[in-house]
Amino acid sequence: MSETVAREVGRARLRKEDAHLITGQTNWTDNISVNGLLHLAILRSPMAHARIDRVDVSAALELPGVIAAFSGRDVAESMGSLPCAWPVAEDTVVPDHPPIAVDEVRYAGDPVAVVVARDRYTAADALEAIEVDYTPLPAVLDIEGALAEGTALVHSDKGTNRCYDYHSASGDYEAAKARADVVVTRRYHQQRLIPTAMEPRAVVVTPLAASGEFTLYSSTQIPHVLRVLLAVTTGIPEHKIRVVAPDVGGGFGSKLQVYGEEVIALVLARRLGRPLKWTESRSEANVATHHGRSQVQDIEVAARRDGTVLGLKVSLLADMGAYLMLLCPGIPILGASMYPAIYKMGAYEFSCTGVFTNRTPIDAYRGAGRPEATYAIERIMDDLAAELGMDPVDLRRHNWIRHEEFPYTTIAGLTYDSGNYEAATDKALSLFDYDKLRVEQADRVDHADTVRLGIGVSTYTEMCGLAPSRWLSEMRYAAGGWEAASIRVLPTGKVEVVTGTSPHGQGHVTSWSQIAADALGVPFEDVEVMHGDTRLATHGMDTYGSRSLVVGGVAVHEAARKVVDKARKVAAHLLEANEADLDFADGAFTVKGSPEARKTIQEVAFATFASHDLPDGMEPSINAEHVLDPDTFSYPHGTHLCAAEVDTETGAVHIRSYVCVDDVGKVINPMIVEGQLHGGIAQGIAQALYEEAVYDEEGNLLTGTLADYLVPGAPDLPELVTDRTETPATSNPLGVKGVGEAGTIASTPAVVNAVVDALRPFGVQDIRMPCTPERVWQAVRSGKSGKEAPA
Amino acid sequence: MIPPTFDYARPGSVDEAVRTLADAGEDAKVLAGGQSLLPLMRLRLAFPDLVVDVNRIPELRGVREDGDTLVIGAMTTHHDVIADPLVRRHAGLLAAATSTVADPAVRHRGTLGGSLAHADPAGDLPAVVLVMDGELVAQGPRGRRTIPAREFFVDYLQSALAADELLVEIRLPKADGWGFRYEKFHRVAQAWPIVGVAALVRRGDGHIAEARVGLTNMGTTPLRASATEEALSGAGDPDAVTQAAQQAAQGTRPTQDTSASPEYRAHLARVLTERAVLAAAGMG
Repeated sequence: MSETVAREVGRARLRKEDAHLITGQTNWTDNISVNGLLHLAILRSPMAHARIDRVDVSAALELPGVIAAFSGRDVAESMGSLPCAWPVAEDTVVPDHPPIAVDEVRYAGDPVAVVVARDRYTAADALEAIEVDYTPLPAVLDIEGALAEGTALVHSDKGTNRCYDYHSASGDYEAAKARADVVVTRRYHQQRLIPTAMEPRAVVVTPLAASGEFTLYSSTQIPHVLRVLLAVTTGIPEHKIRVVAPDVGGGFGSKLQVYGEEVIALVLARRLGRPLKWTESRSEANVATHHGRSQVQDIEVAARRDGTVLGLKVSLLADMGAYLMLLCPGIPILGASMYPAIYKMGAYEFSCTGVFTNRTPIDAYRGAGRPEATYAIERIMDDLAAELGMDPVDLRRHNWIRHEEFPYTTIAGLTYDSGNYEAATDKALSLFDYDKLRVEQADRVDHADTVRLGIGVSTYTEMCGLAPSRWLSEMRYAAGGWEAASIRVLPTGKVEVVTGTSPHGQGHVTSWSQIAADALGVPFEDVEVMHGDTRLATHGMDTYGSRSLVVGGVAVHEAARKVVDKARKVAAHLLEANEADLDFADGAFTVKGSPEARKTIQEVAFATFASHDLPDGMEPSINAEHVLDPDTFSYPHGTHLCAAEVDTETGAVHIRSYVCVDDVGKVINPMIVEGQLHGGIAQGIAQALYEEAVYDEEGNLLTGTLADYLVPGAPDLPELVTDRTETPATSNPLGVKGVGEAGTIASTPAVVNAVVDALRPFGVQDIRMPCTPERVWQAVRSGKSGKEAPA
Repeated sequence: MIPPTFDYARPGSVDEAVRTLADAGEDAKVLAGGQSLLPLMRLRLAFPDLVVDVNRIPELRGVREDGDTLVIGAMTTHHDVIADPLVRRHAGLLAAATSTVADPAVRHRGTLGGSLAHADPAGDLPAVVLVMDGELVAQGPRGRRTIPAREFFVDYLQSALAADELLVEIRLPKADGWGFRYEKFHRVAQAWPIVGVAALVRRGDGHIAEARVGLTNMGTTPLRASATEEALSGAGDPDAVTQAAQQAAQGTRPTQDTSASPEYRAHLARVLTERAVLAAAGMG
């Protein structure tokens, strides 16, 4: 059996998705219209925490065009509690989470009542006619204060704001610390972030009276998981629910969720027997779509004078927000294994306490746990280097796993299959002109320049491709991590690939076409990739955690292999040869030694369709399905370098150059990989410098619109120099690793390290994210006067 | 993001617009480029009963000369202001500041008059018109009146325009021979300035003969840094400018928001004033 030559994999194919996206031929959920469509609007709590004394919807019902209006109590019975699928500890506190609040509101934005009207304008007006009496309750707005004695409770029935404690240890950290020459202790803050996908959420439900079926269209990342959980939550049988994710305009984890609005729309469509639509506005999204990060990270590293890291201790306080959403408790735990990163050490201790606060619920946001881990370890490695007077690259080199040591099992228990940190770092240093920038930096210090130069280093790795179902089970995650693909070869030789992944910007249609085209030897244009509809792609685990290529893409490859195996039987029969004597290359079977005896896969497909002359006992189909459950994660890595100019007079930070060399294994489409890196790095820079959800002392979100929540645009971002090394993963036949989160994970510490590096001569050790001009200016000022850096 | 119900009128002339406003009383709002009013309505922070759209009144657009004065129609878009050769020649400061407003989409819709009538102290253009000693011409049922910029900005989002008056044109004395600079400090390109400083400098023989400094977002209205202006008169070297700039925040009452504290704004006003004046004076 010979391998097919790669003609498509590795090519920067333009994306099949783009023509319709850039010409406005898109099918966003909000574009969907059906006869008799009614519109939902949701009244939300203006208070962070209050008792609901009375909800009166009668005045709203009197408005012309209003069909129905309900309080939480009116519909509580039919809606169940929103699911949390990842209670990480046995005694995790899981509060009841009604889609519409019944007795208490627990964050500003918590739904209180719902209106159904003939048009969205009437629905919006009707919200103002609903009367609600609240008795304000004390709000918990601070992660650190949430566990203090006598603090108000977010869920009084639970008796505590503690959601869970999680602990793991490997080696003896205290012993390592006792042997250390240097111990660096830091407290870092992960600010609260608002995911801000380009397309806000939307849902449409159309009931089919005759069969009792419901089709739910949603701007979601997880049509399959959503279908299961909608069935569990509402009691509507799973086979009566069809979920469709049409064109979805970004997610970044924020659409990896089972939202109250999806449940509300489904239940009310059933109750009213009418199709319903709900579309979120941007300011509604800022309070009602889950937020990300929000952790306090205590981290301590123990090292010898020569830089050898002996041990690491991490203790987290993780904000859950007001309720547990789908994966929330597991997010910090997903990062637990990543703090030791690429470094060898003998001891590691990790603990995390989840706490409830009266703010929008937290859940996955691009990277989900791993950016937090990478930030803390890469920040403290720079701080340790400063403490030891070492170059931060040299310190990393001294501690990282050398390429000849792979596979390597880390202190956190993960086995990294492959990597070459030396190669990626050397390439990055050379592209960046590291030594020359260090000279300029010293020069500016010598001249007491008001604009200082800082250099930030981040040598990251990540675990991606969620993935091994057994690992997920050990982590108390409710589902598995497999992915399904099926391939249908049509009579004319065209190919349909059905994937269980659910792309929302990633370009799976293009990449999966490239994989299938090579594996089957058919033209790229002959492959159609279908996804995102549970009726069509019946089997799937959807898209998140950089899993799609390493699980779903590999599943496509494996399904194609099965197709070729079946086709080989047919070809052998037609060519009157032994299967073992057939070569398969470029889409054709040939008999070894007589290349004129040849059947193309298209000919085999038609012969199978006609089925006039098939081998005895063979079913007339070469179609195949493959469900892949990988044994392990994949581990992309890379080196990101940032040079930042810091204006010490104003506090302004200007990124002058940014270089990254990433190793994401074998690359299917280099253009898509580069796009993922650009977007990821932009989001990482955004956390470092710009974005933060800010609340006032009463728990109202002050950054409620994009005028206050600052998302950087193209003019605010630097030119990015992206390059690659390619160390194939050994854990899958394509050698791929995943790239969806790499940029976000790597870039945040690179940028903050650069800012802090610029200001170390002023005695600055840390600046809280986002490093706003005012915070930078304050840090310079405090540094100059020898005071502690302010919060 | 759905505004409450409102009525809509689209007059074809200034006279018709003024009559419409007079008939409507206090509950009408003029719609110019809509870049501030519509977001406020969509957030339900503004809820006029009547929106008077003045976009189809040709006489409100364009730039002309009137002797030593430049006359800019209130509905001239930011984009047209930046591109206009007369503005570039005689009011470079206005062109420079306008080119920093938001993004191209906003600049193609937003107008100079709309921006001034909105009277947002965080807007870039009020401080510019103030520092250029501009005049604003309003038309109402009782005819036209000319309001000096110093009297036009009354309070936060409040101008001297009466409810039945329409801003029709902006008159700027030509600033030929003046050096200029707009120093805008903002966190992202599309954001409002945390602080902005508009500087106009006329040089004498080796020194600053006259300097004017306008401050954006340092109070409830655009402000002039009068103490700094006085101190700059006769300044002959950068050190003197630095000294004078130390007084830039005198008498200001900047606000606190998610981007900056008053203390930091005052500091920025001093730093940016120094930079703006040095650049405008050609000493930078």
